Amino acid sequence: MLSVCGLSVRYGRAVRALENVDLEVGDDAVLAVLGGNGAGKSTLLRTISGTLRLHRGAVTAGQVILDDQRIDRLDPAAIVRRGAVAVPEGRQIFARMSVEENLRAGGLGAASAAVRRTARDRVHELFPVLAERAKQRAGLLSGGEQQMLAIGRALMSGPRLLLLDEPSLGLAPQLVGRIASIIAEIHVQGTAVVLVEQNATMALQVADHAVVLEVGRVALTGPADRLAASDDVQRLYLGGHAESDAQADAEVRAAQTSATGVRGLSRWAG
Amino acid sequence: MTTFVQLVVNGLGKGAVFALLALGFVVIFKATGVINFAHGSLVLIGGYLVAISVGALGFPAATAIGIAGAGLAALLIERLLVSRSRLADPNSLALLTIGVDVVVAEDIFRRLGTTVPYLGAPWDAHPVRLGNITLFSTQLVALVVGLVLITAFFLAFRFSDWGIAMRAQAENPEAAALMGIRRSRVTATAWLVAGMLAGVAVVFIVTQDFSGIGLSRTTHAIAFAAFPAAILGGLDSTAGAVVGGLVVGLVDALSAQYVSFDFAKVAVFLAMLVVLVARPSGLFGTREVTRV
Repeated sequence: MLSVCGLSVRYGRAVRALENVDLEVGDDAVLAVLGGNGAGKSTLLRTISGTLRLHRGAVTAGQVILDDQRIDRLDPAAIVRRGAVAVPEGRQIFARMSVEENLRAGGLGAASAAVRRTARDRVHELFPVLAERAKQRAGLLSGGEQQMLAIGRALMSGPRLLLLDEPSLGLAPQLVGRIASIIAEIHVQGTAVVLVEQNATMALQVADHAVVLEVGRVALTGPADRLAASDDVQRLYLGGHAESDAQADAEVRAAQTSATGVRGLSRWAG
Repeated sequence: MTTFVQLVVNGLGKGAVFALLALGFVVIFKATGVINFAHGSLVLIGGYLVAISVGALGFPAATAIGIAGAGLAALLIERLLVSRSRLADPNSLALLTIGVDVVVAEDIFRRLGTTVPYLGAPWDAHPVRLGNITLFSTQLVALVVGLVLITAFFLAFRFSDWGIAMRAQAENPEAAALMGIRRSRVTATAWLVAGMLAGVAVVFIVTQDFSGIGLSRTTHAIAFAAFPAAILGGLDSTAGAVVGGLVVGLVDALSAQYVSFDFAKVAVFLAMLVVLVARPSGLFGTREVTRV
């Protein structure tokens, strides 16, 4: 469904955010994109969803292809109409509008009124709380409810590909589990998902494939269960093995300086 | 007392016209973040089109042409100048609109030459007497038209897809884009609506009842009072624009009667200053809050 080929992105002349990134998302897949701060995760989502230019970034090489069509030169609205919708980092719901109006805004990119109606039923089924609080101001919802609204709003146009940027950010552990199960359910209902996360434990549980970005490059890629079991991911993102904070920091630095080429999973597969 | 009632009704009538102008001003600001200093020239374009066509076509058709023309002129400014510099700083775009205003206004004054035409409103200079109270018909018609248009605007703004898209984009342009809302369509309709409202307003401003003078530099100066109206109401508040317009109309009418005609021109700006000292974001504007 989505393929990113040799993608390089810059902000201004100096900041290289992505360098020669390749990845594939199948028609019915959940891809987790992991990485620390500044790894380029959000830049990747901005490029796919077409908002890169709003952040004064530019694609310098490579392309993004959705269903055999290049989308990296399209505006965000055209990309939504082709079936890829993003939930931005920090939720960014319309706080001054009601819950219902937020959902209506999400449905403005839908292909037809029928798609909108089906999507609304699906959203209310997934998130009954949004139906209960339809008239409430969105800014007055709790953090978890706001995240549900952000996801529900994105589903209103009936997307085939959902791009989620750190949906677990700032949520209590219990809510993180709830969001994870909702993502799994959205996937089961037939929507492909790209899940950008710092919470690697949650992301690797939900995803079937994963990509690890380090300073703008793909450092690791492979099936999610294998990545979850790999030493590097354990050490860097799942908090395993390190004896002390100092050792963990040193290992992170060592791993980052050695991350020049793409490490294949073959090292651990054999 | 009768004078006071007379002044209040006439002030509200003038206020409704200022409210239409301020509403356009605020709609453009909300959709694009640009303070449109060319609003006065949109008023002049509408007025000029009515003035040159009213003789041949009659008042209703000429007014329709004026309203459409002002709307199209606003749309052209947006399409040709503002939308092309999408990432430009809104302050630079505000300066750009000053340039547009100077060019358009001066060209219209050049075309008018020494003529100062009225627009031929059929209700002009026919005062209505209710007992001891004398009311200007122009202000009464303006009040009715203003109420109808403002109500229609608010219904659309609150309930239509256009209104939802406008409000979503005003609140968070990036999230709105991610919902598939076409930014260019929202900003273009905002300018179109603002231009058309300016086209309606000029039909009332250029009358003996309202300004006492035909289409001229005075029209441009009067239209500029929409600026304090929008500011004191709160630049990002549509409801504030309406209240601001009515306040400006009342302050203008009351100070002209009780202080002096010349003071009325300043009083409007004094009212704006007083409001801004007490509430820096205007009466209904969103307060700027920064977390430190």
